Amino acid sequence: MRGAKSAKWVVGAIVVAMAATACGGGSSNDDEGNAAVDPNGVFSYYNTEPQRGLIPTNTNEVGGHYMMANMFRGLVTFDINNKLQMAQAQSVDTTDNQHFTVKLKPGWKFHNGETVTANSFVKAWNWAANAKNAQLNSSWYEAIKGYEDVHPKEGDPKTDTMSGLKVVNDNEFTIELARPVSTFKERLYYDAFFPLPEAFYKDPKAFGEHPIGNGPYKMEGSWAHKVELKVRKFADYKGDDKPKNGGIDFKFYSKDDAAYADLLSDKIDIMYQVPNSQVSKFQSDLGKRAISQPYGGNTNIAFPLYDKEWGKPEKVKVRQGLSMAIDRETIAKTALSGSKDAATGFTPKGIPGWQDGACGEFCKFDPAKAKDLIKQGGGVPGNKVTITYNADGANKEWVDAVCNDIRQNAGVECVTDAKSTFQEARDLITDKKLSNPFRMAWVMDFPNIANFVTEQFRTGAGANDMGFSDKSVDALMDKADEAKTEDAANKGYFEAEKKIMQDQMPAIPLFTDHTVAGYSKRVQNVKIDYQRQAVWTEVEVKK
Amino acid sequence: MGRFVARRLLQMIPVFIGTTLLIFLMVYSLPGDPVKAMFGSKAADPATVVRLRHEYGLDKPLIQQYWDYISGLFQGDFGQSFTGRPVADLMADAFPVTIRLALFAFAIELVFGIGLGVLTGLRRGKFLDQAVLIFTLIVVSIPVFVLGNMAQFVVGVKWKLVTPTVQDPQDLTQLTLPAIVLALLSLAYVTRLTRTTVAENLRADYVRTAVAKGLPRRRVVGVHLMRNSLIPVVTFLGTDLGVLMGGAIVTEGIFNVPGVGNTLYQAVITSEGPTVVGVVTVLVLVYLVSSLVVDLLYAVLDPRIRYA
Repeated sequence: MRGAKSAKWVVGAIVVAMAATACGGGSSNDDEGNAAVDPNGVFSYYNTEPQRGLIPTNTNEVGGHYMMANMFRGLVTFDINNKLQMAQAQSVDTTDNQHFTVKLKPGWKFHNGETVTANSFVKAWNWAANAKNAQLNSSWYEAIKGYEDVHPKEGDPKTDTMSGLKVVNDNEFTIELARPVSTFKERLYYDAFFPLPEAFYKDPKAFGEHPIGNGPYKMEGSWAHKVELKVRKFADYKGDDKPKNGGIDFKFYSKDDAAYADLLSDKIDIMYQVPNSQVSKFQSDLGKRAISQPYGGNTNIAFPLYDKEWGKPEKVKVRQGLSMAIDRETIAKTALSGSKDAATGFTPKGIPGWQDGACGEFCKFDPAKAKDLIKQGGGVPGNKVTITYNADGANKEWVDAVCNDIRQNAGVECVTDAKSTFQEARDLITDKKLSNPFRMAWVMDFPNIANFVTEQFRTGAGANDMGFSDKSVDALMDKADEAKTEDAANKGYFEAEKKIMQDQMPAIPLFTDHTVAGYSKRVQNVKIDYQRQAVWTEVEVKK
Repeated sequence: MGRFVARRLLQMIPVFIGTTLLIFLMVYSLPGDPVKAMFGSKAADPATVVRLRHEYGLDKPLIQQYWDYISGLFQGDFGQSFTGRPVADLMADAFPVTIRLALFAFAIELVFGIGLGVLTGLRRGKFLDQAVLIFTLIVVSIPVFVLGNMAQFVVGVKWKLVTPTVQDPQDLTQLTLPAIVLALLSLAYVTRLTRTTVAENLRADYVRTAVAKGLPRRRVVGVHLMRNSLIPVVTFLGTDLGVLMGGAIVTEGIFNVPGVGNTLYQAVITSEGPTVVGVVTVLVLVYLVSSLVVDLLYAVLDPRIRYA
């Protein structure tokens, strides 16, 4: 917003004034880690008002997800090092990545006392996959056998249940997929695969206002819309990650600058994303309470390969040349104040399956070679690069910097084209109306290389905005899908990732993102995972 | 008088229909498909999109959507927002907060604006007049988001006198800072306006007559002078109340007040037709009523004004 940018100047000016008169906020009591802890202490968490009712199968944005992630536990979960852990499941076994046997840990309860059984999962998935219920996460069940019967492309479903799901007994069920998917176990982590109690089906809408889950926290009171939602420790929680605090108050903000002011005065305890306008100074504001660490998301520039000009085979060299004209390291350090890292491929470092060198020399800054490659490829179509992006996100800084690099180092005219909202830019992109490069970002659904490669670069994949299609890449991904071990699968996806960039470069990998977070003096032991969420149960509230 | 009011009320009907239709068309023509946007950066599933479009009535022709909306409105149904909550509920959450904030701000500008205006008008050219002149100049020239952020940073973050944002919109004391910020600009206008008319009327014949008659100063100023001087001020205050009720998007954003401005802003961003039209409809009504009240107040202030 216009206001935010100017606010930066104002606050900046005040800070300078304060520092000059020597009454700036010192960082004297930033002692960390050994204060007395109140096991029932409640802390507050910065959030945005969920866009829809709190139903896990209809929640696909962070505002709602953070609440879901605390009130529910799926079959599996990820630890802070991105390692898959069993949660509600005792085991999820498969020999062929197509037939899975799920055994549950017995005795888990929903917040209303109902026991979690195999049926709590199977019924919920069948309900959500049903086209009639129009759930936003329904495509997550696509791989399960019989999905087309409950969710046909057009018309009413033929049946209510997917043939691939079978309840064996209260604590065991089986899943059969239409084809092998090596990362299906990882996918089970997503909100769409959470269990639902019987109470849900009586009145889904009322449930959305007051969800009943099986997670470590249960909802307290009612949801004060646009103000806050409170969750408290659930005494009957059977999981290993029992909360070390009493609960969380999620506070809803419409502007992150407002939340940051609250963070500075300890009125909000954890803010998982510091406003863009404060990134350059939040470390001096918060001292040891500032967090900046890699996050499972990337930022790229994608090309419209469906366009006649950009689709020509020789333009591969032009794309690779443009990539080499960009000095990623310098932009990340200066223009972005370290809030992003230079990318070495599409998969961020630290994600299982990541290997260095997917992009190789094509992501190294080399202006001479860049010009050479662009020349070899017959130059940029129209002799001008236009980059379309949405101005309502924190994009302007990097787009301007990248465009500047292209202009200076490749000698190609570059202009930026800001669309006012994400929606507007998104429509142009998905309707394939653009004939120029555009911003393409990916935030992982689960921490694995497969999620960064297959969702955007498989022929006809849901998020393949470029219209990219390469049979040999598809074949590599198919092979990885069917790999017997995780290791073999990861290697396979890396091969695909490498091939995409070496042979085609349909998108230029630019940066991998950082979580830029901070916390108040009231809490300690705040750890943030690769999904930009605190390990909520571990947070300790000081006495 | 009765006929005048009746005529004004009747005039509201075409204004009402015109504005709702206009807003409806405008929201509809916003770029971007709201249903597809619900899927974020994932591909929208066509079968789900069709069902959702149907659920929100977006698959019907525009004019029928408008008709459905208006006929629902007359049955007291404001429609459903994309969040799945009835728009009436959203408004029931937002309006009380904004009314509280607006009335608070209105009271501040009324008391301090007119008070300072009269004082400076009576002491033209004196020190107080100069001081207030400078103060109002500063307030008018600083944009409200600068003022708001500055107040928040200094009073909330540095001095810790109040919480930087509103934690509980039910608590009137927490609304103090946003109300002051919201009131400051109008307060400056009211002060300047009152000062000018008071200073001018002070030299008018009827005031001299009143003084010559030997009336006490309190009566000269309180009745004769004030009554005439307030007409332009009341006009300004009347429209300003409408503006305040419309929610101050900027101020509400800075202090995180879950009011009308905030609701409206979010609804425009997500192209939520029913919410935008619902909120704006109520605002149009508030505006129409407040301008009617202003017109009626003229007659009270100036007996020469008569409505037939």
